[in-house]
Amino acid sequence: MLLALVVLNLPHHAASQIKLAIGGLFLPLFGLSKSSQQLARQAGDALTPRAELLRQNQELRRTNQVLQQYAVQADAIFRENDRLRDLLDWQRQSPWKDRLHLASVIARDPANWWQIVQIDLGSRDGMKTDLPVLAPNGELVGRVSAVSLTRSEVMLIGDANCRISARIEKNGETGIIIGGSSTVDHTLVTLSFLSGAGNSKPGQSVVTSGIGVFPGGIRVGQLAEEPHMTEQGFAEVTVKLWADPGALDEVWVLMQ
Amino acid sequence: MNWLNSIVVLLAAFVAVFLEAVLRGPREFLGAQIDLLPAIVVYASLSSDLVTLSLVAVLGGLWIDALSANPLGVSVLPLFAAGFLIYPRRGLIMRDQFYARFVLGLGASALVPFLTLLLLLSMRRTPLLGWGTLWQWFVMSLGGALLTPICFWLIDALTRALSYLPVAESSFRADREIRRGRN
Repeated sequence: MLLALVVLNLPHHAASQIKLAIGGLFLPLFGLSKSSQQLARQAGDALTPRAELLRQNQELRRTNQVLQQYAVQADAIFRENDRLRDLLDWQRQSPWKDRLHLASVIARDPANWWQIVQIDLGSRDGMKTDLPVLAPNGELVGRVSAVSLTRSEVMLIGDANCRISARIEKNGETGIIIGGSSTVDHTLVTLSFLSGAGNSKPGQSVVTSGIGVFPGGIRVGQLAEEPHMTEQGFAEVTVKLWADPGALDEVWVLMQ
Repeated sequence: MNWLNSIVVLLAAFVAVFLEAVLRGPREFLGAQIDLLPAIVVYASLSSDLVTLSLVAVLGGLWIDALSANPLGVSVLPLFAAGFLIYPRRGLIMRDQFYARFVLGLGASALVPFLTLLLLLSMRRTPLLGWGTLWQWFVMSLGGALLTPICFWLIDALTRALSYLPVAESSFRADREIRRGRN
């Protein structure tokens, strides 16, 4: 009990360092988990019965003949597809395309009252605190809150401690996104401290304002309702996030 | 002191924390992650000694806080509390009964998150709380209760598998054999 009290009263920096060191104990298990998934997939591939393979082979031969006829037409379609992909692919389009680093989500906060995930990029990859973290389609999902050598902690927008400056794209109203508005649906957050209800309507897009540590214009979500005035004299509104923070497997980190 | 049992219990706690961090199923289907540490603390307080119980509470608490946004050490005291409520009464509890394991698991799994949240709020932290928290608490309590008997079975089985089997001795002794007959 004395030990617990001593640990609880450690200086913030020392406690963070100890947390990261203890968390490092789990790194072999994270690696093991990843490689065992690959192994299971490979084993599944290897266990296909021979009769099934022969049947598939015959079917493939027939299909191959048909496909050869389509090959010429497909060539043109592929070229068009590439062109469309170039137009739509978010990363290639993004103004920050050279600063985006892909990371895998390796763990989630075991406690239900925090919205935190761990990713597999650390200080050796150039990670720093307060970097914006984006979903695969480029929507904001959180910010880097702690960094160790090989992994980082990302505080998701739904966390009650996450504060992000954002604006309603249509009318430029600026406010602060505060997480924790719903413990059931983590895609709902509150855009608070708006100067007025204005002419905001449900469905209007919300992006980062550019005030603070994040660059402006990162898509966040859309208004889920009309803003309402609070007793404190400012307006607030519920925002439905574009990305579901609970369903992330990979994320982009926007490096400095 | 049975070090093997202590090692197995600590190993179970370590793996439990890892699984809580990587398994998404309970969170996706039930809306809450189930905490396995209270179940292991119940096991340690009924089947192990005080040192093992203390080690599970301290190391388990530190491990879970290291992978969480909890302040380091905040989970230690609730785990201790759950363990020390059971430990002095272990002689009165029928640890082999499913019902006893279920009820103790239910109590510990409800008490630990409740005390952790109380500590967090008293430290002026702002955890994510709302009506959904009650559902999460229910899932954690019931899930922990159901997993407690499974933890008992798994840890006992692992300890048995790694220990020497007790030698089965017959009670037969030739010099004590009663010979019946007319001679």
